[in-house]
Amino acid sequence: MIQTLDQVFVIAKHWLMGYVPSPLQPLTSAVLSIIPILIAFPLLFAITTWLERKGLGRIQNRLGPNRAGFNGLMQPIADAIKSLTKEDVVPLTADHIVHFLAPLLLVVAAFLAYSVLPVGRNMVLANLNSGVLFFFAVGSVVELAVFMAGWSSRSKYSLLGAMRAIAQMISYEVPLVLASVVVIMQAGSLSTVEIVEQQAQYTHGLPHWYIFTPWGILGFILFMIAATAESNRSPFDLPEGESEIIAGYYIEYSGFKFALFFLGEYLGMFATSGIAITLFLGGWSAPLAALTVVPSWIWFFAKLLALIFAFIWIRGTLPRLRMDQLMNFAWEFILPMALINMFVAGVWRFMAPGIVRWLVCAALVLAPCVVLAALLKRKKKLQLRTYSFAE
Amino acid sequence: MTLTFLIIAFLIVAGTAAAMGFRNPIHCVLALTVSFAGIAALYLELGAQFVGFTQIMVYVGAVAILAVFAIMMTHRPGDPETRIFSRNAFVGVFTAAAVFAVIGWAILKQPATSAATQPASVSVQQIGASLMHDYVLPLEIVGLLLTAALIGAVVIAMDRKEDNAK
Amino acid sequence: MLGEGIIKGLAETARNFFGSYVRKERLTTVQYPEQRLPQIEATRNFPFLVFDGTDPDAGLRCVSCQICEKECPPKCIFIEKSKDKKPDAVGKPQFYPTVFNIDVSVCMSCQICVEVCPFEAIKMDVQYDYPTEDRFSALLFDKHELSKSNEYYHQIHPTEAAAVDAALAAEREAAAAKAATAAAAAAAKAAAATAVTSTQSNGATPAAAKPATPGAAADTSEAQPAGGEKR
Repeated sequence: MIQTLDQVFVIAKHWLMGYVPSPLQPLTSAVLSIIPILIAFPLLFAITTWLERKGLGRIQNRLGPNRAGFNGLMQPIADAIKSLTKEDVVPLTADHIVHFLAPLLLVVAAFLAYSVLPVGRNMVLANLNSGVLFFFAVGSVVELAVFMAGWSSRSKYSLLGAMRAIAQMISYEVPLVLASVVVIMQAGSLSTVEIVEQQAQYTHGLPHWYIFTPWGILGFILFMIAATAESNRSPFDLPEGESEIIAGYYIEYSGFKFALFFLGEYLGMFATSGIAITLFLGGWSAPLAALTVVPSWIWFFAKLLALIFAFIWIRGTLPRLRMDQLMNFAWEFILPMALINMFVAGVWRFMAPGIVRWLVCAALVLAPCVVLAALLKRKKKLQLRTYSFAE
Repeated sequence: MTLTFLIIAFLIVAGTAAAMGFRNPIHCVLALTVSFAGIAALYLELGAQFVGFTQIMVYVGAVAILAVFAIMMTHRPGDPETRIFSRNAFVGVFTAAAVFAVIGWAILKQPATSAATQPASVSVQQIGASLMHDYVLPLEIVGLLLTAALIGAVVIAMDRKEDNAK
Repeated sequence: MLGEGIIKGLAETARNFFGSYVRKERLTTVQYPEQRLPQIEATRNFPFLVFDGTDPDAGLRCVSCQICEKECPPKCIFIEKSKDKKPDAVGKPQFYPTVFNIDVSVCMSCQICVEVCPFEAIKMDVQYDYPTEDRFSALLFDKHELSKSNEYYHQIHPTEAAAVDAALAAEREAAAAKAATAAAAAAAKAAAATAVTSTQSNGATPAAAKPATPGAAADTSEAQPAGGEKR
C-alpha cells in the first residue's frame, strides 16, 4: 500500500502507456513525463505568489491580499487574468524579434532545468550521467536571455539593469558550481539520481544527508546564497529593484511577457532549490528511517516548500545589497569559502570515519570563516565620511 | 545520415550563415549562439555528454556573453538599422567557402577508416582520471594561463591609487 | 559573531509573523470600509451650519453676515442674503441666508470660516467619505445639506460644543442683564419724569422741588453713564 502510494505516478504512467501503440511509445513516454512538470511547477508558482504576498504581509505587520476570494486565494488567478488582458507595449525603436524571444528563452531554459530533478523514487524525467552539469549548463543560458531582454528594449535603464544583472549572475555562478563540487566529490558521480540514492541510506535511523557534515552545512549555506543571487531575489535584487531602476532589464515589458519573466524567475528559484535539496538535503528521502512510510514525492515538495518559506523569510528581513557590496561579497568572501570548503571535503574523504573526522573538519570550516570575516571587516573601517573635492 | 543529424546540421549551418549575413553585430552573435547550441546537440547525439554540456556552459553561457559585452561596449549603433542583411555578405561567404575547402581537403586526404563504428562511451570519471594522470601537465599549464588572464583583467580594471591621490 | 545581525533580524521577523496571528499590535491593518480608524476630537473635514432646536430654518444661527464668504481662501462659499428678517433663537429679528452653498471639491478644510464667524454659526464636520460619480453638482452642498443640529455638534465635538454653548449662554445673559439695566434705567427715568411733573403740578415749594430736581437730575445723570457703560 505504501509502495503503491509512493509510486502512484509511475504506475499511472505505465498503465497509460499500455494503451499506446508501440511505434509511438518513446514519444508518448516523454510527453507523459513532461506534462506533470508543466502542470506542477507553474501551479507551485501560483501558490508561491500567494504565499509570498501573505507571508511578507504578516512579516510587515499587515494582511496580504484578502479580497480576491477567501483569504485572497483567488489572487493568482486575478493576476493571471490581468497579465493576459493587459496591452502589450513594445517600444518603437526596440528590436522586435529579440524582444519577443527573450522571455521565451528564459522560460524554456528554466523549464529545461527540471528534467534532471528526481522528484521522487524512480521519478526523474531524464536520468543523465552528468545531470548536475546539465543543470548548470542550462542555468547559464538564463544570462543570455537576460541580456537579450535588456538590450532589445533600447532603453538606458533596461541596458544598465541587464549589465548589472549579468555581472551579478556571472559572479555568483562560480560559487554556485564550486559549492556543488563538494557533493560530487563525495558522491563520486554527476548523476542526480545516484547522489540522492547515496543519501537515502540510514544508520541508527539518521540519514546520510550531506547537510549533516561540516562541509555540507557550509556548502549548503554558500549554495543557497549563490542561488538567491542567481535568481535575482532579495537581498540581491538590485537589477530588478523597484525603487532603484523600476524593473531593470524587463522595464519595457508589459502584460504576458512580463508575467513570463516573473514565471521564469520563480521557476529558476524552484529549480535551484530543487537542486539544493537533491545535493544537500537528500532529495526525496525522509529525515528519519521511521518516516519512510510517507511517499517520497511528498518529502521532496515539503522540503521545497520549506526552502520557499526560507526565501520569503529572508526577503522580508534583509535590506537590499548595493552593487559593489554584492560583488565584493561574491569575490572576496563566498568564492574563497567555496574553495576552502572543497579542501575540507577532500580532507573528509581521506580521513577515517568517526567523530575525529567531524571535529577536525568542523574546525577547518569555522576557522577560515571567522578569520576571513574579521579580515574583511577590518578593511572597511567605518569612519566619518571625508570629501576630497569639496573643500 | 539520420534525421536528427540532418536537423542539427541544418541548425548549425543556418546559424553560422546568419551570423555571417546579419548587419547588426548583436544579431550575429545571437545567431552564432544558435550554432553553438547545435554543436552541443551534435556532441550529445554522439554520446559525449560531458563535452556537450560543457559546450553549452562555456560557449553559450560565457563566450557568447563575452562577445555581446565586447560589442556593446565598443559598437556605436547610431540609427536603428533598417536593413537586416549586410552589404558585404559576399566577403563572408567567400571566406567561409575557402576555409571549408581547406578543411574538406584535409579530411578527404585521410585514409578511409571503417565508418559507423560505435563511439566509445567515455564517462566523466574516465575523463577526470585521464586529466589527472596522463594530462596533468597541460591541465596545470592551462590553469596557470587562466590565472594570469584573471590577474591581468583585475590589474587593468583596478583603480590606479597613485592617480587618485591628488 | 559572523552573521549575528542577520540571525537577530530573522528572529525579529519571525516574531512579527507569528505574533501577527495572536497579538493586535503586530497586525495594525484596519480593513476599510468595514472597519474605521477612531478619530480624535479635533478632526475636521468640511464645514456645516449649526441650528439650535429642532427646526433647521427657524433655529439657524447664521445671520448671513458674509464674513466667511469673504475670508474663504479658495472662495468656495456662496451666500445670498435674504431681504426680510426672521426672528432667531432668542427672538431678535435677523437676516438669514436664502442660499448657502459650499463647494466641497474646492474646500481645503482650513477652518478660517469657523475662526471668523462671530455668531458660532459654521463649524467643522468630521465626515470624510462622500464618494460620488458626479464630480460637480453632487459635491456642491446646499443649505439643507449643510444644516445640522446642535445635538449633532455636541456628538462630534463635545468639549468644543460645550464651550460654544457656555459662551453663547454667557452672551445672552449679558445681553439680558444689559436689557434689564436699560429697562430699569428707563423705568427710573420715567418715574423721575412723572415725579417732576407731579411736584410741579402740586405747587410744592421750589425749595423742596429744587432738591428734588437736582436729585432727579443726578439720578438721570447717574443712570445715563451707567447705561452707557452697560451698552
